[in-house]
Amino acid sequence: MSLSTSHLPLPPLHPYAFRLPPAVGGIFRGLLIGLLAVAIFGPLLNMLIWTVAEAWYFPAKLPVRWGFAFWTKVFRPEAGAMQALTTSLVIAVLTVLLSLAVAIPAGYALSKRDLPLRSLFLLFFLLPQAFPTIAVHLNIARIFYGLGLTGTIPGVMLVHAIQGLVFAVWIASATFAAIGTEQVEAARNLGASPLRAFMTVSLPLAAPGLMASAIFVFLISLDEFSGTFFVGVPNVRTLPLTMLNAALEGNYQIASITALLLLVPSVLFMLFVERFLKADVLSGVGK
Amino acid sequence: MRRLGPALLLMAPAVVMVGLLFVYPLLVSLAFAFRNEATGAWDLANFNKAFALYGSDIALTAGVTVLSTALVGVFAIAIAGYLTLGENPRAVSALRWIYRWPLFIPFVVAAQLMRTFLAKNGMLNNALMSLGVVDPLHAISLLDWRGVVVTFVWKQLPFAALLISGAMASMDRSMIESARGLGAGRFRILLEIVVPQVQSTVMVALILSFVTMLSALSVPMMLVAGSPTMLTVDMAWRVNSYGDYGVANALGFVSFAMSGVAAWFYLRQGIRDGGKPR
Repeated sequence: MSLSTSHLPLPPLHPYAFRLPPAVGGIFRGLLIGLLAVAIFGPLLNMLIWTVAEAWYFPAKLPVRWGFAFWTKVFRPEAGAMQALTTSLVIAVLTVLLSLAVAIPAGYALSKRDLPLRSLFLLFFLLPQAFPTIAVHLNIARIFYGLGLTGTIPGVMLVHAIQGLVFAVWIASATFAAIGTEQVEAARNLGASPLRAFMTVSLPLAAPGLMASAIFVFLISLDEFSGTFFVGVPNVRTLPLTMLNAALEGNYQIASITALLLLVPSVLFMLFVERFLKADVLSGVGK
Repeated sequence: MRRLGPALLLMAPAVVMVGLLFVYPLLVSLAFAFRNEATGAWDLANFNKAFALYGSDIALTAGVTVLSTALVGVFAIAIAGYLTLGENPRAVSALRWIYRWPLFIPFVVAAQLMRTFLAKNGMLNNALMSLGVVDPLHAISLLDWRGVVVTFVWKQLPFAALLISGAMASMDRSMIESARGLGAGRFRILLEIVVPQVQSTVMVALILSFVTMLSALSVPMMLVAGSPTMLTVDMAWRVNSYGDYGVANALGFVSFAMSGVAAWFYLRQGIRDGGKPR
């Protein structure tokens, strides 16, 4: 804000109201927002620099040598990162399919506001998010071990699906609730069976919301750490586990490049989430 | 009233899934916290051992999560409040664009970002040195419990601010306008009019953040070297190094109890307000 506004007539002040002069207020506001921007983007920028730093020693403030040498290292087959990326993507796609297959019917049932015990069921699906998960994951791993599911992709998929399910169910329920009943009733009046009306009317209308919940579950699976840590050992290595290993081995470049791979889909979804989830659906989630 | 039968059939797969893959292991965990594997009896041996070995970690975990949750609450209310009451449209839209970035960034990535940012030779210290605030000899690494707090707040703040600003946006604005007409400052309007009306959303956002922080394994694993550390790391250590599910489950019981206390605060709030919790 510039000083030139000060000659404009100011709104009348209440005698007890305390206000900073506009210029001071403007600088103060700019400083706070700038500070927040540094706090949010500083760590991201630091990571981006590490991805292209070939050599960076204390106390140099910036890398001594820049370059993409570590990128070729990460993408070499023997580095395991590409393998991990493929594993992560396969598990994420399977998790989405499983979650949607069980969440679409459940969400459809829960979209009817007059369903008895409806809020109880909504809360039931929230359980996996309402308790700290580590102890649960330990015991799932122990149970899965007896079933031969540890270290297998289906085992990891099941653990991921349970984390994503609440979002899948709640978003699906809000989506079906936002559609309204007129079009479905019209189809039924024209003689369509309930299943046919659902497949040809409700499901296509719900597609954008279901797409959003699919992306959401996909991201949860891509980013999931502790479940994979316990259930995935020793065979299933996803990208987050690869990243952890690189970081604990002190390889900042490899860890930062893997982190960047994980970060891009998350940030893209954050930027475009409102395109997928319209406000009327978003405000109905969990209601 | 709709019939429950067909709906139950539609919900059955999802209910069975949560039951088998969450409720059952949860109950197993709670029960086996009391199982003495050495004698086969049910007693408090696991808890005695857990408190003796990890007493300081339990205190640290409680302290770090409570502090982080409190900081998330203060900053989230400040951001949401400015988004709701701010009068400078450019500042509001700038803030709206900035604050959300960490929203979907995974914890494991956030931990990696902070590992480089908060290290002794990280960007934070470099920037402070360049500004002359810190001299190179006194640069300290924040990679301990403080790093965990910073990472938790960085990661959870957008989530809480998003929920709270959403609740503030759908609030009835007439009271704000009339308070403004009476000359109340924005700070007072925020604390005395806006926050009380979105109280239940604030509680939900903070409890979900609290539980998420209690579950984070990767952050302390990557940011804290050695002891004292967080309970999640201790649980993983007990199981992976000793196959000791008893003590791990006892520690799990402690973290369930911590989230139970948080939930109890929430429910008590709802009862005091005279309505059911929303």
